[in-house]
Amino acid sequence: MKARSTLHRLPAVWRTSSSLLVAFWIVVALFPIAWLVVMSVKLPIDAFAPNVLDVLRGPDTRARVGGPSGYDLLLAGASLGLAVTVHRLRRTLFAPFADTVGELNVGGTILSYLTTALTLGVTTLVLTPWLGSALEAATPDGPLAHPLLGATLQHFRAVWIDNAFHVHLRNSLYVTGGVVTISLTIGALAGYGLARKGSRIAFWILIAALVFRALPHSTLVTGYLPPFIEFGLYGRQIAVIIVLVAINQPFTIWMLRSFFANVPATLDEAAMVDGATRLQAFWHVVMPVMWPGVITTGLFSFMLAYNDYLVAALLLDGRDQTMVPAIMQYFNRETTLGDQLEAIAAAVSITGPLFLIVLVFQRQIVSGLTQGAVKG
Amino acid sequence: MNQRTFWAFVGPSLFMMVLFIAGPLVGVLVQSFQQQRADFETVERESCTPFGCTTETTAVPVTDDDGRIVTRTVWVGWDNYAALLDPDAVRAALNAPGDALRQLAQIRFWDALRFTVTFALVTLPLVLVLGLLLALAVNTLTDALKGPTIFVTLLPFIITPVIGALAVRWLFIGDGILTAGLERLLEREVAMFAQGWTIELMMLGYRVWHVVPFAFVIFYAGLQTVAAERLEAAGIDGATRWQKLRHVIVPHLMPLIVFVSLIHLMDSYRVFDEIVGFSASGYRTSLQYLTYEFLVPDESGNRSIGRASASAVLTMIGVVILLVPLLRNTWKEQRRA
Repeated sequence: MKARSTLHRLPAVWRTSSSLLVAFWIVVALFPIAWLVVMSVKLPIDAFAPNVLDVLRGPDTRARVGGPSGYDLLLAGASLGLAVTVHRLRRTLFAPFADTVGELNVGGTILSYLTTALTLGVTTLVLTPWLGSALEAATPDGPLAHPLLGATLQHFRAVWIDNAFHVHLRNSLYVTGGVVTISLTIGALAGYGLARKGSRIAFWILIAALVFRALPHSTLVTGYLPPFIEFGLYGRQIAVIIVLVAINQPFTIWMLRSFFANVPATLDEAAMVDGATRLQAFWHVVMPVMWPGVITTGLFSFMLAYNDYLVAALLLDGRDQTMVPAIMQYFNRETTLGDQLEAIAAAVSITGPLFLIVLVFQRQIVSGLTQGAVKG
Repeated sequence: MNQRTFWAFVGPSLFMMVLFIAGPLVGVLVQSFQQQRADFETVERESCTPFGCTTETTAVPVTDDDGRIVTRTVWVGWDNYAALLDPDAVRAALNAPGDALRQLAQIRFWDALRFTVTFALVTLPLVLVLGLLLALAVNTLTDALKGPTIFVTLLPFIITPVIGALAVRWLFIGDGILTAGLERLLEREVAMFAQGWTIELMMLGYRVWHVVPFAFVIFYAGLQTVAAERLEAAGIDGATRWQKLRHVIVPHLMPLIVFVSLIHLMDSYRVFDEIVGFSASGYRTSLQYLTYEFLVPDESGNRSIGRASASAVLTMIGVVILLVPLLRNTWKEQRRA
């Protein structure tokens, strides 16, 4: 607290320049992602127009397909505001699920997020189009009744319906689900063992894990390919799960070990004095307070598996492929601008879930990143 | 915790790592001295024309009952390494004064090594400095602004690397919006994908964009633990803002700077996704991409496992050389703790 107050007493020139730096960074950080989203809802002429305003307004798209009217935009804004309000009020709305300090328990938290998502979904996907077209019909000559911006979902339709991208989504979910489950199960056991034993051998295991973490992934895949082809695992998703769990394991045990080290050892010792075995103490006493750590580690395992290109590209093909390598199929053939826009729509679709994860789990991601560094 | 319980807990994970990390490493080392060769048999074929008959012998690959080509593994010694490192060409290049670097860059492996090392060493200082500056700047914001700023900052870090690279590629490719802007600014034609060095610049820029959030989060957390008394004491002693940063804040963050450097060197040495996202392999390759390329089946469905293994072994040697100083540091620290 004190350190911050000292830093607050900055001369105006420093405060201004650091605000400018942050503002500049926010633009740089957001621009490529935001631009992707804007392009994904335009027809080719607008999406690849050399003028920024033309891309944003999409005159060609508006003329040929249309887009949201002023009513639609206002209603969508109102929906978003409503969802944010519902989320802000979650501690009041779900008071029965709150503890003495007013924090929601796990069930309450999940329920509150579901409520927010449901509110947002119903208002934007059902109420907005319905009310919007009703208002447009009522005031056909009003200034808000015409499409303001050109926008179309046709590229998304092409990706998900015509090109059956949901097959790849299913593959990705299967691979990430497998990787997260297996990584966390064996990682939690090892992390606990390593945290509770400060012996020389535990130290060497951690050092070896650190070296393993540095290995290029292609090295491991080179070692796997011949036996995988031999035993018929090539082309099956279980092969990708095995490789990714192995790649992920060093990181998982380092992170979980440092989370376990924060749980006082007296807790499990007390349970064992009361007659619990080590495994019972681990499962019934330590794990219940470890969920934040497990969730954080699980998030990072999820991202490793979800973001992987190399392993899946080498071990899977065709319809068994996961989403990220599947997107590159748009670049292998002669691509028209339309194809490029489908690839952009697919890219936006892949990024969507990650965006939601940061939105919901920002605190866990930050704690996970700092865990290894600050606590050692 | 007694020894037996310890092994019971650590066992599954250790088994996994030995079988699926250490095992393949040994496999790669062995494979790097081997090659898969098709078995050939000579077939005499008589072809007759109205003017007489000729017999010619041709070599055809042996096929098994399913019609697949039979291969056998042969021990080839250092052949795979020689093919990669191309010592003759290296000697020739070194004997060509003034032209040595350009000639070396013609050999795919040395070119990949050059790019990989440049990539790691150029992005490292940029990531450290920008991450620290951003952490210092965000620390001066009001609390209400900090949350949203951290949220936006995490986005480049969380995005799928191939997708992030594609996003930057679409800003520049053809008459992409930023290329168009550049053209207006410089008043000349710009083609960002027509030569190696512009692609390399974009890849460096993309990686810095992707990793700065990570450095930022770590340094920002570290800044919260700087003792206010020390800053005040330094102020009373007449230290300027720069001197406080230089002599109080940076030494306090030093372990974190080492940590970020270690992780960043490991990750950037593995540079791969950028080459895919920017379709850069025609101009620039990295060591990991080289291995990948050998593993992708060619038109007849063959993979050069031997070459890939040799390239993987050389890449690993590089990792060890790069990390030894930093690992020794961590090792000493863990020992003390």
